[in-house]
Amino acid sequence: MTDVKMTVNGKERSGSVEGRTLLVNFLRDDLRLTGTHVGCDTSQCGACVVHVNGKAVKACTMLAAEADGAEVATIEGMANADGSLGVIQQAFQDHHGLQCGFCTPGMVMSAAALLAENANPTEQEIREYLEGNICRCTGYHNIVKAIQAAAANGSAVAAE
Amino acid sequence: MPKDNGIGASSKRREDVRFLTGKGQYTDDINVYGQTYVHFLRSDVAHGQINGIDTTAAAAMPGVVRIFTGADFEGIGGLPCGWQVTDRHGEAMQEPGHPVLCQGKARHVGDPIAAVVAESAEEARDAAAAIEVDMTELPAVIDMAAALAEGSTKVHDDLTSNLCYDWGFVEENKAAVDEAIAGAHHVTTLELTNQRLVANPMEPRVALGDYNAANEEHTLYTTSQNPHVIRLLMGAFVLGIPEHKLRVVAPDVGGGFGTKIFHYAEEAFCTFAAKAVGRPVKWTSSRSEAFMSDAHGRDHVTKIDLAMDENGKFLAVRTDTMANMGAYLSTFAPSVPTWLHGTLMAGNYTTPLIYVNVKAVFTNTVPVDAYRGAGRPEATYQLERVIDKAAREMGIDPIELRRRNFIQPDQYPYATPVAVEYDTGNYEATMAKLEEIGDIAGFAARRAESEARGKLRGFGVNCYIEACGIAPSNLVGQLGARAGLYDAATVRVNATGSISVMVGAHSHGQGHETTFPQVVAEMLGIDESMIDIVHGDSSKIPFGMGTYGSRSLAVCGSAMVRATEKIINKAKKIAAHLMEAAEGDVELANGQFTVAGTDKSVAWGDVTLAAYVPHNYPLEDIEPGLEETAFYDPANFTYPAGAYCCEVEVDPDTGKVEIMSFAAADDFGNVINPMIVEGQVHGGLAQGIGQALLENCVYDENGQLLSGSYMDYAMPRADDVPCYVVDHSCATPCTHNPLGVKGCGEAGAIGSPPSVVNAVIDALHSGGHTHVTHIDMPVSPSRVWQAVHGG
Repeated sequence: MTDVKMTVNGKERSGSVEGRTLLVNFLRDDLRLTGTHVGCDTSQCGACVVHVNGKAVKACTMLAAEADGAEVATIEGMANADGSLGVIQQAFQDHHGLQCGFCTPGMVMSAAALLAENANPTEQEIREYLEGNICRCTGYHNIVKAIQAAAANGSAVAAE
Repeated sequence: MPKDNGIGASSKRREDVRFLTGKGQYTDDINVYGQTYVHFLRSDVAHGQINGIDTTAAAAMPGVVRIFTGADFEGIGGLPCGWQVTDRHGEAMQEPGHPVLCQGKARHVGDPIAAVVAESAEEARDAAAAIEVDMTELPAVIDMAAALAEGSTKVHDDLTSNLCYDWGFVEENKAAVDEAIAGAHHVTTLELTNQRLVANPMEPRVALGDYNAANEEHTLYTTSQNPHVIRLLMGAFVLGIPEHKLRVVAPDVGGGFGTKIFHYAEEAFCTFAAKAVGRPVKWTSSRSEAFMSDAHGRDHVTKIDLAMDENGKFLAVRTDTMANMGAYLSTFAPSVPTWLHGTLMAGNYTTPLIYVNVKAVFTNTVPVDAYRGAGRPEATYQLERVIDKAAREMGIDPIELRRRNFIQPDQYPYATPVAVEYDTGNYEATMAKLEEIGDIAGFAARRAESEARGKLRGFGVNCYIEACGIAPSNLVGQLGARAGLYDAATVRVNATGSISVMVGAHSHGQGHETTFPQVVAEMLGIDESMIDIVHGDSSKIPFGMGTYGSRSLAVCGSAMVRATEKIINKAKKIAAHLMEAAEGDVELANGQFTVAGTDKSVAWGDVTLAAYVPHNYPLEDIEPGLEETAFYDPANFTYPAGAYCCEVEVDPDTGKVEIMSFAAADDFGNVINPMIVEGQVHGGLAQGIGQALLENCVYDENGQLLSGSYMDYAMPRADDVPCYVVDHSCATPCTHNPLGVKGCGEAGAIGSPPSVVNAVIDALHSGGHTHVTHIDMPVSPSRVWQAVHGG
């Protein structure tokens, strides 16, 4: 077993893991942060996307031990300080960008990473960026709309 | 101005907040103190004789609690089939046993042979790898035609053959149909495959069994679309547990699309094993396991003949299908290629003579059952593809050919020659709407623009009709259903006027927590936020047959309306007493009870408080409290219908097809929440486009599953699909349910594949490749290239 320590959503968290324990399992099973989901076993679906040191990472492709010392952000840390939905989360609700909700945490985390890289992506850039996130419910239409709206709101906020 | 509350409002979904903040509670998020974990050792051959299982080494592995094999389930019921089909000779279908764990034989890759219960999921998996199975591999039957050939290896030794049933519908029409086709001016024939698909809800299945020995109560948490159905099937037929000792909970469920309707072996195992080991037992499917244990969908091979007169008037349709059942009969499998398929072969048209033959076949593959649309996509695809081919052969515009054959608005109710009666519809209206929203007039210019870039542009169109709101019980009973298909709701009004509605429908993406309150709010004239929905727990809701077949609102929503009407009746009695008025003079509007012609009024909250604090109350006439239950069994199916069109660009050098646009004009009857309805259509369209262009579940000749992960099974991604143009303004309300709703969940998946394939054929013809009359789905670049180049 290996001791790991990392900052998750701004809080120091630690645990003892097997060498083979994946980051996603550490988050879900040890820290009980069950918002990050597991939808496949081949790193295709993107339901487990989190941010590690500011980069979008599929938490099923990384060992928990590799995240030792890292800054990790999950869906549980995306709301505003007062608990209200953040800009991207609110855009997903406003534009019906989710149905069953299972892929949603990964979608929101990928969208946040995209907008951090590219504040005003085109529709095609959004669709290409979401290559690694599968949604079976929405047909993507409203996810794209939500991210476009979040980008517009984000620029409006930045411009103020 | 758009409404912001009640029926017709695009109310934002209240369930979104928990899903967007990581607070959803899916089955895998539930953990029970002391729980163990199970790993299933699954067959890696398609057909094998199990000579012996040695668990000695595995049992000694770290953390192992107990290992189960088929021997532990001897004398315990197998998984039941919920529908019996009677064949064209009056014989019942052949119905093999379906053990929880293999008994003597494995019949498909993924068939569970043994199960290891251990302290952790990893230890269970490690120990499973140490189980020694002595197995003799047997020849496997994968291809349906080979499975039906004389002398074929049998999937089940105790059956007479691999033929489950040979169904003819309507058998009495057969001779007349044959005669009409033989004498017709023109007959168009098409042979096609509706390929095997995997539903792939993003949440893999999970089951968590718990047992309380003190009161002999079982609890099963499971990823189900219908917890009461699981309680019924597992309790009554598999494990022999009475309803009051078996609680089934389906919490947040991450998509279903049909594949979470069925009762699965893993559910029965975890319930059984929790009692056997005296601790909770949890199973979480991996995606790889899901591919070889979730029921698959479609898998039909069909030949269809369409006979026409010289004006293109449809005279007769004859269709022969082989439908794959897989190795066992999944819960509703026999109904899909029969009653959910044959009854839709009239489509939107007045074809007077129809005959449908279906041979259902056992093979050494994963069982096949309902997947979004279930039988209706198969009917729509063959009919709308053969019409498209016929239009080309007859030199008639494909829209015009359809128009010449539409059932007309003054013909409703319209009895088809395939046993169903459409209550309402207006197919000309949806087609006209499609021409507008799809900008069909502008196609020629867009084609020229594509050609200037070296691409072939094609236009495809089709209509669809579906039978939804799956019911009524007396009809489906005659057709072989072994359960009723009503639904139930309890409306519990609390003392302060807030309301909990317990519904038998289950939401796994459809947004019931938002739409159902909209209906009750509209009826009572109060705010939606005063109303909550409770679903997914057999201990909290009266009863329910669950959510599938676009039935939630049409059937369960109707039960909720009936229960709310009872609430209103009782509340008016209370209000009449409080206002010292005659009950018949009391009116309810905007949450206020008034007496006609007076200024007397009492508020909703005054009446509900009186019901629970009955100090001034007509106790001699009515009981205190305000809670009502209704069961609703509809008089007919509902018949959503519409017209869809698609434009594609084909790259003639590579064969790659790109969807340029997709438009859908649907008639769903009345709509409660337009935003949610449109979202349902979008999702269905993506699944239909996925079937048309990408998805394919493939076995090799030995029964090995070649498409066993997302590396090999092409799921549609964001850049594979376009933004959709959808419209549901052409509404002909359903005539026989109180809301006038028809259902919208499956339309997109049913209606979209033919448009895509029709568009590809159109594109190839525009490029001079007129020898290409059909390409089977998925229309992949290699298939297009081979069709064009004859390779």
